Amino acid sequence: MSSSATSRKKLLLMGRSGSGKSSMRSIIFSNYSALDTRRLGATIDVELLHLRFLGNMTLNLWDCGGQTVFMDNYFTSQKDHIFKMVQVLIHVFDVESKLINKDIEIFIKSLTNLQQYLPGAKVFVLLHKMDLVQIDKRQELFQIMMEKLQKISNPYHFKLVGFPTSIWDESLYKAWSQIVCSLIPNINLFNNNLVKFNSILDAEEIILFEKTTFLVISSTASIQNQQKQIENGQADQQAQEELDPKRFEKISNIIKTYKQSITKLRTNFKNLIIRGSDGTNFYIDIITDNMFIMIVLKDKKDADNLIQQQHEELLILDNIKAARKWFEKIENNE
Amino acid sequence: MEAALIPNPSDTNATILLMGLRRSGKSSICKVVFHNMQPYDTLYLESTSKPTTEQFSSLIDLSVMELPGQLNYFEPNYDSERLFSSVGALVYVIDSQDEYLNAITNLLMIIDYAYKVNPNINIEVLIHKIDGLSEDYRIDAQRDIMQRTGDELLDLGVEGVELSFYLTSIFNHSIYEAFSRIVQKLIPELPSLENMLDNLVEHSSIDKVFLFDVNSKIYVATDSSPVDIQTYEVCAEFIDITIDLDDLYVENDKNKNEHGGVNSNNQSELKSISRLSNGSVLYLKQMIRGLALVALIRSDERKGINGTEEDINGVVETVEEINQDEASNQEKSLTIIDYNVSLFKESLMKIWKNSKLIHANQESSQRHLQQSHPSQE
Repeated sequence: MSSSATSRKKLLLMGRSGSGKSSMRSIIFSNYSALDTRRLGATIDVELLHLRFLGNMTLNLWDCGGQTVFMDNYFTSQKDHIFKMVQVLIHVFDVESKLINKDIEIFIKSLTNLQQYLPGAKVFVLLHKMDLVQIDKRQELFQIMMEKLQKISNPYHFKLVGFPTSIWDESLYKAWSQIVCSLIPNINLFNNNLVKFNSILDAEEIILFEKTTFLVISSTASIQNQQKQIENGQADQQAQEELDPKRFEKISNIIKTYKQSITKLRTNFKNLIIRGSDGTNFYIDIITDNMFIMIVLKDKKDADNLIQQQHEELLILDNIKAARKWFEKIENNE
Repeated sequence: MEAALIPNPSDTNATILLMGLRRSGKSSICKVVFHNMQPYDTLYLESTSKPTTEQFSSLIDLSVMELPGQLNYFEPNYDSERLFSSVGALVYVIDSQDEYLNAITNLLMIIDYAYKVNPNINIEVLIHKIDGLSEDYRIDAQRDIMQRTGDELLDLGVEGVELSFYLTSIFNHSIYEAFSRIVQKLIPELPSLENMLDNLVEHSSIDKVFLFDVNSKIYVATDSSPVDIQTYEVCAEFIDITIDLDDLYVENDKNKNEHGGVNSNNQSELKSISRLSNGSVLYLKQMIRGLALVALIRSDERKGINGTEEDINGVVETVEEINQDEASNQEKSLTIIDYNVSLFKESLMKIWKNSKLIHANQESSQRHLQQSHPSQE
């Protein structure tokens, strides 16, 4: 807890006007639905957002309005103010933009500035409004853009991470969950504990979510993937993935819809247990003050017995309760 | 084409006929209710040229037939007589944002004709697209339309027609509510279903219970307490969430089964429970034939089922103890609810079996229900 400065993260959200920056952050951090974002007006200058994330991490999200007037200011007079101490730059490109050269020009400007102030910053590129592109062309377009952008940023020694996004599907959650995860310092501790917990439960899958945003923090599948990649160098993880590769984002999306629907009853939800149609059981429960856990279990034996089922349910819930202690520890003893 | 229009007399489907002037929103209603289409996407629907039929089997088998608006039903080559005599309900859609005088004239013509052919027909009028009207104007529009149709009917000399009016919009849940009411009128077993649900509510500290058709989010029955639209919305969305989450991991299993083919008979019923922070519980359990029971269980179990127990040892308790007690009480009451719900399911199966027998053996006029009065413990 000693260094409150290090747990404070500064994120710059940049991009030309109308590219969808404010819509994004409203959906992820302010519980807007995709339709609601139509009501958002233009952002004037910089809008600051302070978000507490996982207890002691504070995200300072600088949503920078994208009109040329403001933009010019950022790169000249406000340079110091804007680019000091930036940990992450998130640059949003509108795929439908007519003035791609102008977009790239601005991108280069911010990279130049960023390099001056903090060479080690992480740069994420979001190709936004992908829903406006035909489905079969999306992948191709994304790759072309990314190659181009990477080439541009090579002189500045930044490694770009890019995502195709749209507010109308779950791709937005995927992008933001990776962005935010890259900022969590003790992610390895979480991972280790999750693996341990899994060895006790022998679950199909365990996933950790952040409470307010429902972004995925960690999951057993992704941990296994990482390990495999370390072992076999560049193993193709796509081949081993049996389950829907987009499931994390979908779950985030589903649960968030649920959370919103529950607010109609003026309350929040504590846990959710689903006994699936073919022996898959889901448990979603609070694990710490800031995290939810989701456990997916497969029925091994025929537990048709109602009593037996209920005992199992209680056992799992008790296990979650026991695990709570450990995860709270990690969260607090940063 | 004509053959397709007339429902096959041998199948027992209750048919709902959806009519209205062109561009009144009939196809949009069908798409939104039965195909889970997003309301905004219905802007791009083409004009319907042929009668289309939606089959949907809930507790009873229903088919919803949508007629194109621009048709003239009184052309001699159109066998409207047989059409009207075979349907259970006629739903007429009036666009409330448009001039509705034409629609009322058209409606009266249809009523006049249909009622002569089939006096048992339920006539339902949807005053549609009310999302664009202000709150005050809605009531005015409804009153105006009701008044005019009532007067005109008197002038026509048609008596004894019962019209029901609904204010609907596809942008909120009112269309589901209206369809629920319409479908409920066609279910002969409804009174006993409601009775059973009332029993269930009484003995299980349930706040509100719905029997949903999973695909369309139409509720087939509910208990007799008034329907709170918010509760309905939450319950309907709860179904979506449960099914969506379940599907994520099931799809992959189907692949596995194709390869291994081991546990294909392991299809157990879908069930989900969610506890809310105010102590209430959302409860869903799959019933027969695409139906699901969704209940909102209220928070005061402590006073409810285990109230007496609580009073004995309730002198000085730490917060933790209270919490623990609450949790265990909740478990107990859930067990009881589980038991009651499975009883309900059994009786539901019984009713359904009996109603099938009646259909098969007797004439449809004797749709009298065999009261099997299942006790609910």
